[in-house]
Amino acid sequence: MNNRLSIRLAVIMLVIPCSLLVAFTHYPAIQALINSFWNNSSSRRPSRFSGIENYQALMEDDRLAQILINSTIYALGTIPLAIGLSIGMALLVNSRLPGTTLMRLSFFMPTMLPMIAVANIWLFFYAPGIGLASQILEVFGMPSINFLGRTDTALASMMFVAVWKEAGLFMIFYLAALQSVPTNLKDAAKLEGASALRVFWDVVMPLLRPTTIFVAVNALINAFRLVDHVIVMTEGGPNNSSALLLYYIYEVTFRQRDFAYGATLTVLMVGLLGLLAIVQYWVLNRKAHYQ
Amino acid sequence: MKSTGASLSVKGLKKSWGPTEVLTGIDFDIEPGGFLTLLGPSGCGKSTALRLVSGLDEVSGGSILIDGKDVTKVPADQRNIGMVFQNYALFPHMTVAENIAYGLKVRKVAKPVREASLERVAELMSLGPLLDRKPAQLSGGQQQRVALARVLVSERPLVLMDEPLSNLDAKLRTEIRSEIKALNKSLGITVVYVTHDQSEALSMSDTVVLMNAGRVEQVGTPKELYDVPATVFSARFIGTPPMNLLAVADVSLPDGVAASYGNDPADLLIGVRPESMQFPAGGADYSASCRITSIEYEGSVSLLHLTSKSGASFILSHSGDTLPSLEEKITVGWTQSAAHLFSKRTGERVLTSS
Repeated sequence: MNNRLSIRLAVIMLVIPCSLLVAFTHYPAIQALINSFWNNSSSRRPSRFSGIENYQALMEDDRLAQILINSTIYALGTIPLAIGLSIGMALLVNSRLPGTTLMRLSFFMPTMLPMIAVANIWLFFYAPGIGLASQILEVFGMPSINFLGRTDTALASMMFVAVWKEAGLFMIFYLAALQSVPTNLKDAAKLEGASALRVFWDVVMPLLRPTTIFVAVNALINAFRLVDHVIVMTEGGPNNSSALLLYYIYEVTFRQRDFAYGATLTVLMVGLLGLLAIVQYWVLNRKAHYQ
Repeated sequence: MKSTGASLSVKGLKKSWGPTEVLTGIDFDIEPGGFLTLLGPSGCGKSTALRLVSGLDEVSGGSILIDGKDVTKVPADQRNIGMVFQNYALFPHMTVAENIAYGLKVRKVAKPVREASLERVAELMSLGPLLDRKPAQLSGGQQQRVALARVLVSERPLVLMDEPLSNLDAKLRTEIRSEIKALNKSLGITVVYVTHDQSEALSMSDTVVLMNAGRVEQVGTPKELYDVPATVFSARFIGTPPMNLLAVADVSLPDGVAASYGNDPADLLIGVRPESMQFPAGGADYSASCRITSIEYEGSVSLLHLTSKSGASFILSHSGDTLPSLEEKITVGWTQSAAHLFSKRTGERVLTSS
């Protein structure tokens, strides 16, 4: 009797999370895949099966090519920058300098702010003439730059915002990792004649590698996931120079209301992320553990 | 690879962490090729002293001289000192070979020279088949050998060891103990060794520095520490079981001993090692009557736990064939040469002219 009841309970327990997963993850993904093989419907004409037409359009989309290049630059730029900055901040905060608690708080602050708020702060920061960035340039006697309004600076400006927001969180991971590096390993290296820099490169960095891989994975996911600041600050402009893949999907689907092509782009993105996930798991399994 | 050891001289070494004084000024010297042990209970400052000598911590006062040169302000990486840590401190991401040769690589020793040194040390420490493994794949004893090899490969004149055997089991400990001793003698390197284990200190050292609460209690050869303890602390710390210390009231002294002590005779403590006591007490200079409360059989000897008239307990190490029985009232004795007299008030040894 008891047994039967527990099986029923088990089924219920399984069904609830599974149905959530199906409803909000698997079904939309599969629906997107299906939609990508149909053309867009309108009020006069229903949607009909169009085969790989959408994918042909994808291959010939010059704008998409530009956006994929943007996304690649964005990911390759933000990941090492965020890692470098967060290690630097973690080292600073882990040192015996005075005021480390205040430093920790201020480094972590951007992580707690919502991206929309961050974007608004940086809008002021980048404002030509009156913004802090322009004022800093002025101090060094350089002309004011309209960071968000120029094709050669817009994407880099977006990258800085993302790094600024992300690095605080990654710093926490590095701080935890730094504090778990045994002191006597550093001492041993020092007595072998290694300088502080050498100790860091030869002993500390290798022991931080699992953390670095973890952070890199997260930074990569964020590079595709976070587009709020692009929407708020540049809307992908000027001339697509700061548009990212997810922003493009948003624009195609909800501004142009081309659901079919939006679905096709989504399939592309899911495919890309899946591929990256496989590579990362392979790397994680091979390199992350020592003991 | 005969390297010549360096001499080390520590003068008035002090260390405080904030208001807490950990070392209140200690002095000791070692000759080149010597083996000196810093011995003491945990928290006595022996490891702190070692870290100060290594340069990993900054001194608060005093000076450190290596081969007569003042290195007090020289940073750790330039002192040319090797160190073996309690938990070995092997780099987990490097192979055994990389671990051993790391110091040579840092100091930009040419690769062929590096490989030759590595091979020599690997052979000396019988690590040949383990060179490609990671530390996590080694047993405790093997890790300890790698840590020793890492220190030996650089041919440092001075090597510090911070309780290097405390993580090993008893059998390995005695094995590596004699290995370390042999390396010290054959290579001529100077060794400063830290331990809380008095038998380790007595068996390995040329000189023992006994420390207590941040200062030096006694410096001497192991024999001096055992035969002539300078203080009550030394007497209690050296020897297993430790020296018995009895009040005058419990002991019948030879004539004139109490009188020759200038101060109040009640201030005297009479020390005697369990193995120097005789039972039966026939012909002894000192004697004490007592009751047997328990007997521990240890093979070659039996430890008799005794209680004196005043209720103080002490131990006699009995090697005779005939064992007295429990609760029996007996009289034990010892000779003048086995007696150690201390002042209860100062804790110092007092020399009586008798």
